[in-house]
Amino acid sequence: MSLATVSRPLGTAGKLFAFALDVFMGLFRRPFQLREFLQQSWFIASVTIIPTALVAIPFGAVIALQVGGLIQQFGAQSFTGSAAVLAILREAGPIATALLIAGAAGSAIAADLGSRRIREELDAMMVLGIDPIQRLVVPRVLACMMIALFLNGLVSVVGVMGGYVFNVVLQGGTPGAYLASFTALAQLPDLWQGMVKAVVFGLIAAIVASYKGMTASGGPKGVGDAVNESVVITFLLLFVVNFVITAVYIQLVPAKGM
Amino acid sequence: MGVEVKVENLAKSFGKQLIWGDVSLTLPAGEISVMLGPSGTGKSVFLKALIGLLKPDRGHVYIEGVDIPNCRERDLYEIRKLFGVLFQDGAMFGSMNLYDNVAFPLREHTRKSESEVRQIVMEKMDMVGLVGAETKLPGEISGGMRKRAGLARALVLEPEIILFDEPDSGLDPVRVAYLNQLIIDLNAQIDATFLIVTHDINTARTVPDNIGLLFHQHLAMFGPREMLLSSQEPVVAQFLNAQRVGPIGMSEEKDADELAQEASQGMPALPPIPAQLEPSDGRPRRGQKTPGEWCRAHGVTPPPGSFQDDVSLAPGATA
Repeated sequence: MSLATVSRPLGTAGKLFAFALDVFMGLFRRPFQLREFLQQSWFIASVTIIPTALVAIPFGAVIALQVGGLIQQFGAQSFTGSAAVLAILREAGPIATALLIAGAAGSAIAADLGSRRIREELDAMMVLGIDPIQRLVVPRVLACMMIALFLNGLVSVVGVMGGYVFNVVLQGGTPGAYLASFTALAQLPDLWQGMVKAVVFGLIAAIVASYKGMTASGGPKGVGDAVNESVVITFLLLFVVNFVITAVYIQLVPAKGM
Repeated sequence: MGVEVKVENLAKSFGKQLIWGDVSLTLPAGEISVMLGPSGTGKSVFLKALIGLLKPDRGHVYIEGVDIPNCRERDLYEIRKLFGVLFQDGAMFGSMNLYDNVAFPLREHTRKSESEVRQIVMEKMDMVGLVGAETKLPGEISGGMRKRAGLARALVLEPEIILFDEPDSGLDPVRVAYLNQLIIDLNAQIDATFLIVTHDINTARTVPDNIGLLFHQHLAMFGPREMLLSSQEPVVAQFLNAQRVGPIGMSEEKDADELAQEASQGMPALPPIPAQLEPSDGRPRRGQKTPGEWCRAHGVTPPPGSFQDDVSLAPGATA
């Protein structure tokens, strides 16, 4: 294996990182593209809200079913609610958000920028003296981060409600006990870390999608490839980053004493 | 008005494949130049290297003292405001209608009021004959209209250098004739420096002041129109007269056997040099020269029948 084959993935990672730095620098360049930001936020929200809500219900339900079953075996039914809330706030919320942001928003961004790239629109923009990173990418990244934050909230609420319904209606849990144990295990930092995760996921998804879109080449097939790669890479990155954040969080924030 | 573009020893390769190397030329300020070459010789790549969209491996492009391939990104965006570029398919922004497309550079770079923007946009739309189509989306119009809209957008910032990437591909002959006339008239009006990348020979023979020919990874020749049109150099004569006899083969270059076979045939005589297109309002362009001036100055006898208005434009028709 030659050096080139080994170093190519490194080169790609480096270019992605350089692109992320360019975007970061673009954040501070004026004028800020407020209009594009609002349009993109609206667009991303419109393609993600309904699927997210629909995904969140079974997510909450599955957790409620699994945890409910396990906890019953330990004889701690009264803590079903707290376990479900913890699982949804800490993991399920950010992960469901990540899936939707990468799958729906990321693919849309990659396809949009990719088709602009092969139609030479981005070249035309650069020639007109406008930096596409500042004009197009920065608003998309910010919009993606903001919507990810909101989606995380949506998943948390819908997921907890779904869990409640399944526990109480299907598993015959006690409504009072489910609600009363809500705060037994979960604490405020759990909510914060869920939100931080969502924002980071939104950032990564938007950066990868924009990068892949802006470097698409080879006609319409190239755009398809870019979309495909951006979704796969984003998923991989998100799960790794999720693991890292969780590990760091568990070290930093002590579990709530009972 | 008009800015000189100086290219020195430019070279570009993709991976191990050299696209072209050692390209040195000067586009004289305010004149029209054409860059010719068989398909796939990197004419568009050359154009993109000029505006800094592609970074060449070696060499310099000087515009007003700025070296495009080696300057800072901030300077690059600044110098690009001097450029107007017409891309092959117009490169209109698909999400905006034609009016917003043409107004886009004005809204981004100037503080003009909406009514001033409207006035300028409508003037340019009128110039390219698109009045009435302002509200159409780029996806709803024909390729020729997209091209003209792209031209209107390239013109709104009053550029000093205008680059055309195959303005005549995919257009019917009548529209090409109008477009060529438009290019000549524009040059007379705004005195900008023009570079047209094309492989349409009629355009190359009648429009420019200077012609360049890219072939076999280098710049075969660059110079005044009459110099190339009267040249006996095999590559130049073959390409400018659309002949099969010569060094250019179906797949880039001919091998020695094929060339030996052709040696007996000899090149056909050069057709007469046609008169250059003149501005429609009769005012002279800055780069305009008297027909035959270069030939006389350099002691070259132009092919018989040159510089007469009734010379057929179609190459080979008189041969």
